[in-house]
Amino acid sequence: MRKLALSDDILLKVDKPARYIGNEVNSVKKNPADVDIRFCMCFPDVYEIGMSHLGIQILYDMFNKRPDVYCERVYSPWPDLSVIMKEKKIPLFALETQDPIHDFDFLGITIQYEMCYTNIIQVLDLSGIPLLATERTEEDPLVIGGGPCTYNPEPIADFFDLFYIGEGEVVYDDLFDLYKECKKNGLSRHEILVKMAALPGIYVPQLYDVTYNEDGTIASFTPNVEGIPSRIEKAIVMDTSKIGYPAHPVVPFIKATQDRVVLEIQRGCIRGCRFCQAGMLYRPTRPRDVNELKAMADEMLKSTGYDEISLSSLSSSDYPDLKELIEFLIENYEKKGVNISLPSLRIDAFSLDIMSKVQDIRKSSLTFAPEAGSQRMRNVINKGLTEENILEGAGMAFEGGWQKVKLYFMLGLPTETEEDIKGIPELAEKIARRYYEIPKDQRNGKCNITISTSFFVPKPFTPFQWVPMCTREQFLERAKLVNDTVKEQLNKKSMKYNWHHADVTILEGILARGDRKIAKALLRAYELGCVFDAWDEYFDVEKWNRAFRDTGIDEDFYTVRPREKDEIFPWDFLDCGVSREFLYREYERAQQETVTPNCRMACSGCGALKYKGGVCVENKN
Amino acid sequence: MKIRIKFSKHGCMKFIGHLDIMRYFQKANIRAGIDVAYSEGFNPHQVMSFAAPLGVGITSDGEYMDIRVNSTRSTADSIKALNDVMVDGMEILEFKKLPDDSKKSMSVVALADYYMYPKDEDEMFTDITVLSNKIAKFMAQPAILVTKKTKKSEKEVDLKPHIHAFNVDFYNSRQEECLNQCAYFLSVTTGSEVNIRPELVVSAFYDFCNAEYKEEAFQIHRQEVYALENDKYIPLGSMGENIEAAE
Repeated sequence: MRKLALSDDILLKVDKPARYIGNEVNSVKKNPADVDIRFCMCFPDVYEIGMSHLGIQILYDMFNKRPDVYCERVYSPWPDLSVIMKEKKIPLFALETQDPIHDFDFLGITIQYEMCYTNIIQVLDLSGIPLLATERTEEDPLVIGGGPCTYNPEPIADFFDLFYIGEGEVVYDDLFDLYKECKKNGLSRHEILVKMAALPGIYVPQLYDVTYNEDGTIASFTPNVEGIPSRIEKAIVMDTSKIGYPAHPVVPFIKATQDRVVLEIQRGCIRGCRFCQAGMLYRPTRPRDVNELKAMADEMLKSTGYDEISLSSLSSSDYPDLKELIEFLIENYEKKGVNISLPSLRIDAFSLDIMSKVQDIRKSSLTFAPEAGSQRMRNVINKGLTEENILEGAGMAFEGGWQKVKLYFMLGLPTETEEDIKGIPELAEKIARRYYEIPKDQRNGKCNITISTSFFVPKPFTPFQWVPMCTREQFLERAKLVNDTVKEQLNKKSMKYNWHHADVTILEGILARGDRKIAKALLRAYELGCVFDAWDEYFDVEKWNRAFRDTGIDEDFYTVRPREKDEIFPWDFLDCGVSREFLYREYERAQQETVTPNCRMACSGCGALKYKGGVCVENKN
Repeated sequence: MKIRIKFSKHGCMKFIGHLDIMRYFQKANIRAGIDVAYSEGFNPHQVMSFAAPLGVGITSDGEYMDIRVNSTRSTADSIKALNDVMVDGMEILEFKKLPDDSKKSMSVVALADYYMYPKDEDEMFTDITVLSNKIAKFMAQPAILVTKKTKKSEKEVDLKPHIHAFNVDFYNSRQEECLNQCAYFLSVTTGSEVNIRPELVVSAFYDFCNAEYKEEAFQIHRQEVYALENDKYIPLGSMGENIEAAE
């Protein structure tokens, strides 16, 4: 039997020991002596969150298909264990072999949200890897980052040897081959990094110098060695049959957040909502072949034994063969006890029909994400959903027996006025009235409308990357206005209002558009004990304020400052396919409250056409 | 058709709790192509029940799970199909058809055998003859009173009638890499009415010897679970028949 890194004593003391023992169904076993490259893939959050992430499953499957690579996994130890590991000096270990991460060739970290940055530092710390890339030696693994947050890697650039910008399917094979060759030829760490930096999609922060203007903005960003690009273009899979999928996903013993087969039906989104980073980063939209998806669903259900499957994409209603796919799943798996969990679909006759087949209508709820309360505001953010769409969909659903509605909005959007904010409860009121139009004897008692608002954070590579964010006080005033207006509505008893904390939003705002200067504040925050910031029970705003104060970081510079049209942004050296001209054009159209058509209606010249695929070439032979 | 499955649980799998083992088997049945029957209703689930849930940290060679199936392959084929999809540490030992009128396993459980062995050196085991004599004296007491704590209350129990065997033995296990490991062997009352955990007996024994009992110093292993039938204790697995051909 395999020896575990943690003693029985420790495992019986901590919460959910299954987080640390590996051995899950479909986890890969290899003899480390038989491979050239040991790669440890990390999701810097707790096991149940990390195990729910599709991207890691894809890369794990892909890497382990190579006989010369052994890819293992690690997640952030929960605080009950990390305290013990620190005290007993137990190094962080990989789940499969239980070997210390320090012995690996690569530590790959997926960076899905800004609030995990201190967890990244903790993973390095517990692994015994020097926190700063420049302080690492030949003995240390190469630390590589990937995922959506790498589209502004600068706040965490000091902690990484390299970043992989874009979709993992494209460059990793070349990267591994290059690494093997470099090792064979006895190249130094620095030499290896210089060679890797010449690969497409690879960014090695220490090979680029940043200079600043007196006002703190960036003056220049240039490579400091020869032969590496000054601009780094994202890696993207254009042949959709080559988009990876894990045929044998790892199945956790304990319930993960996403405890089901996940079928990725397409990448990208045609909608072009101006606040949405994912909608810009993953252009162009690339739907996968429906027959391939059917075969994948079958294979994954069989290899895992899961009794539930869900579809994943940014906007499933825009998947061209959705009807065929869902009908296939219902027909083939529903009677075998497999639950079909539907993504948030646009509410129309088709989706209501499907929902009534796979869900208990009385328990399930309808979800609308109008994102803004007034049509004016929705035009600013380019959210195509109109009030008529919502009322019509809700009306149909109410007549079909539904009575629960969830509404999602953002507060603090650019140009937002009092009318826009009040429009949120007013829209909920109109939906409630539509419900009570149904004769009393034909409806199920009261309707139930939940309004949730989040606070808007401007993100890189969106048309709103130039805009100032609201202050904490402004956010809270707006939430209060929604709350007060809810109380003024006739049907207020059918409504419930939830809003988020503002402090964590401000921090997200600083990190999202931050530069390299932020790194020292992150280090300080970790020193002060910040970790698991995405968890309400651990997020400590006082410590963060102190970290910024101690390191001389002016938070307002990153959040509320207006940015000039031609300011050099920290992420400008990256090319995600969408041009800065397009983004600025969209910013101007937002100010003019002009809607831009989606990619299927008309091409707006975002720049992604250069990849010559997906929606850009649909119906054009 | 009712099926009783016997399995073992070793290595790191001892850290997986009872509810997660149930979820594990629900998926394993699907992967192995077992034609398991589902309950009625909006959220159908596999008809499955366990004889006696095993605590976290305990290994076992005698776990029983009952399922209902619509049809089945032979015992040999079913065991192979399931073992092909098991993880390290889990092994299917028996797959038997139960009479249609058999009661739920959890309602017939009466007794279980355990080994308890020290994970490190234990002074008590220095001289086995001395230890055996101490156990004999412990068992010769007119009553063995201990305070049993439950979630709701504390009550005094006499362990003596519930200890069917208590002696020094050797534990051997390929999975746990144990060869002639000195251990306590215990046979104790088990079930929904009275359930005696082996560590309760051993800790009472250590008190009796004025020795310090440390819970974490022992590995507990369940060897077999029995039902009482016609005044005889029989392993739960012997209540079923092997399946010779698919039916």
